[in-house]
Amino acid sequence: MPDALLPHDGLVIVAKRDCPTCVLIEPVMQSLDRAGPLTVLSQDDPTFPSGVRSVLYDDSLEQSFHLGIEAVPTLIRFEAGREVERVVGWERSEWLKIAGEAAKGDGLPAWQPGCGSKSLDPGVQEALIARYGETGLRSRAIPVGNWDDPIEACFERGWTDGLPVVPPTDERILRMLAGTGRKPDEIVGSIPPNLAPCTVEKVAINAVMAGCKPEYLPVVLGVLEAALDPLFTMHGLLCTTHFSGPLVIINGPIARSIGMNSGVNALGQGNRANATIGRALQLIVRNVGGGIPGAIDRATLGNPGKYTFCFAEDESDPDWEPLAQRRGIPAGRNAVTLFHGEGVHGFIDQKSRTPEELVRSLAMGLFGVGHPKLVRAGNAVLVLTPKHYRIFKDGGWSRRRIEDALYEALKRPGKDLVYGAQDVAEGVPESYADKMLDKFDPPPDGVLIVRAGGPAGLFSAIIGGWPGQRVREECQAVTREIK
Amino acid sequence: MTYVEKLRDPTAETAPTRRARLAPPTSLEGKTVALMDIGKSRGKEFIDRLEGHFRNAGIATRRYAKPTNTKVAPTAVMQQIAAEAQLAVIALSD
Repeated sequence: MPDALLPHDGLVIVAKRDCPTCVLIEPVMQSLDRAGPLTVLSQDDPTFPSGVRSVLYDDSLEQSFHLGIEAVPTLIRFEAGREVERVVGWERSEWLKIAGEAAKGDGLPAWQPGCGSKSLDPGVQEALIARYGETGLRSRAIPVGNWDDPIEACFERGWTDGLPVVPPTDERILRMLAGTGRKPDEIVGSIPPNLAPCTVEKVAINAVMAGCKPEYLPVVLGVLEAALDPLFTMHGLLCTTHFSGPLVIINGPIARSIGMNSGVNALGQGNRANATIGRALQLIVRNVGGGIPGAIDRATLGNPGKYTFCFAEDESDPDWEPLAQRRGIPAGRNAVTLFHGEGVHGFIDQKSRTPEELVRSLAMGLFGVGHPKLVRAGNAVLVLTPKHYRIFKDGGWSRRRIEDALYEALKRPGKDLVYGAQDVAEGVPESYADKMLDKFDPPPDGVLIVRAGGPAGLFSAIIGGWPGQRVREECQAVTREIK
Repeated sequence: MTYVEKLRDPTAETAPTRRARLAPPTSLEGKTVALMDIGKSRGKEFIDRLEGHFRNAGIATRRYAKPTNTKVAPTAVMQQIAAEAQLAVIALSD
C-alpha cells in the first residue's frame, strides 16, 4: 500500500477489530469521519470500523511498520504531508486536542489503554524489517531463483552437513539476532581451519540453519568461544584421522530455561536445544572456517556425533558438584564444557552394589578407551546415570571421592601393557615395564564425570577422548562461562 | 512459486557467489564420452555423426537416451552416465 494513500492533511487512526479499545471507540471514529477527512488503517479486518468511508486494509502491515505503530488505536494528525501530533490508546483529553469536538466520545470512559499493534506481534517486526526496512545485515545476499527450493539451494552451495538446513532468510536472521545483546558486527573469533573472522551475524546465520531458537544464541556463542580457546585445539581436532569431534556439555540455569535434555535419552535424538546447539558449532566450523569432511577433515571414520553432540548435566541433586563447578565456574552460573569426544560406549553393570565394586567395574570399562593396553592416549567423559549414581550417593561418596578412586583404579603395571604383553603387539614402550602407569590424566581432567540419563537402567556411558589430549599443556577439555 | 528471493551467505565469503563451471578437460585420452539422445527429432542423426567422429579419433563413447523428450531424464539414467562417463554431449536440437 503506497504512502500516497495516506492523507496529505488530516487524521489517520490505526486500529484493529481484535482490540477492545478500538471497538469501544468505533463511534468516535464514525463521528470524526463525519466531521472531516479521516483515514483508518485497519490491521485485521477491512470492514472495521463500520460507517467510515476511508478504511484502508493494512493486512501487509507495511503502513503500520512505516508509521512506527506500537499500539492501537493510534491517532495521528498530518499537516502538509508530515506527522505533527500523535496519541496512543484512548484518552479523551488528548483526542480532543488533536481532533476537536468530534472526538468527544460521549458515554465513553475518559481513558482506556490500547492493545499491541499487530506489527509488533512476536516475530512480525523482524519480517517487516526484512521486507520494508533496513536490516543492517552485512553478509552477502545470495539470490535464489523464483522456482528454486531454498533448502535445495543450500545443499547445492555446500552449506549443509548432509541434513537439510533451515534457509537463512533475513527475517530468520533478525529474529535470531534478537536472542543476544551483542552487536551483529562484533568479531567472535577466527574460525579454523581457514582462520576466517566470524561475526555474531555469521554465528546467527549458521544458528538459523542449524534450527536453533533465538534464545539458544547466547549458548551457541559461548560454545563457539570455548571451541576457539587455543587449549581446545579445534584445528587439530578437525584435521585428525581419529573419530573425535566436539562434545558440548552445558551447565547452569540456562540449560533448564531453554529446555535442554539431561534426562531420558539425553545423549540421543529428540530435543531441539541439544540437537541444534551442537549442530550450530559444526556448521560454523564448516561454513565459516572451511572445515569440510574429506578436505581438511581427514577422519578415517568419524562418528555420528559430528552432526551434533550436546547435552546438559542433571543438576537436580544438591549433593552433586556439577561438572562446571568442579572445573572452576562459580555455582549458579551458566557454562559450557567442550571435550574431544568420540562415540558413546555403553557400560553395563547390574551387579555392583557398593561404590568400591562399581569403581573397580567402571575402571575396567574405562580401560577400553583407545585400546586396553594404551595409556594417556586421550581422556574420557563418564556419564553417570541415576541408577549408578545412586550407589555412590547411598555410600556417601562425593564427586571428588569418585574421581580419586577411579584415578587409583585406573593404574596398571607397565609390564602388563608393554608391546607384545598378553600376546598383543599394541601397547607402551618396553621402558615402562617397571612403572605403574596412569590410564588418564589426574583429576579433574582425566575422567570428566557428568550426571545425565533416565531413571531406569544400571548403565553408564563412556565417551572416549582424543589422543591429542596426551600433551596436557597443549590440548585439554575447556570449560568457560556463558556470558 | 516464490519461496524466498535471497539467502544470506553463511560462509566467510571467500568464494564467488556464482559457482564456477567445471574446467574442460585438457585431453580426451582415456575418457569416455556419454552421447545423450533426449528424444527430439533428428537427435539420433546428430549423435550418430558425433559417434563416428569420436570413433575415428579413438575416443570411447556410450549412448544413452531419455524415454521421452517431454520429461526430465530419470535419475537412474543420470546416475548411470555419472558412473560410466567423464563427459557428456546432449543432442538438444530439433
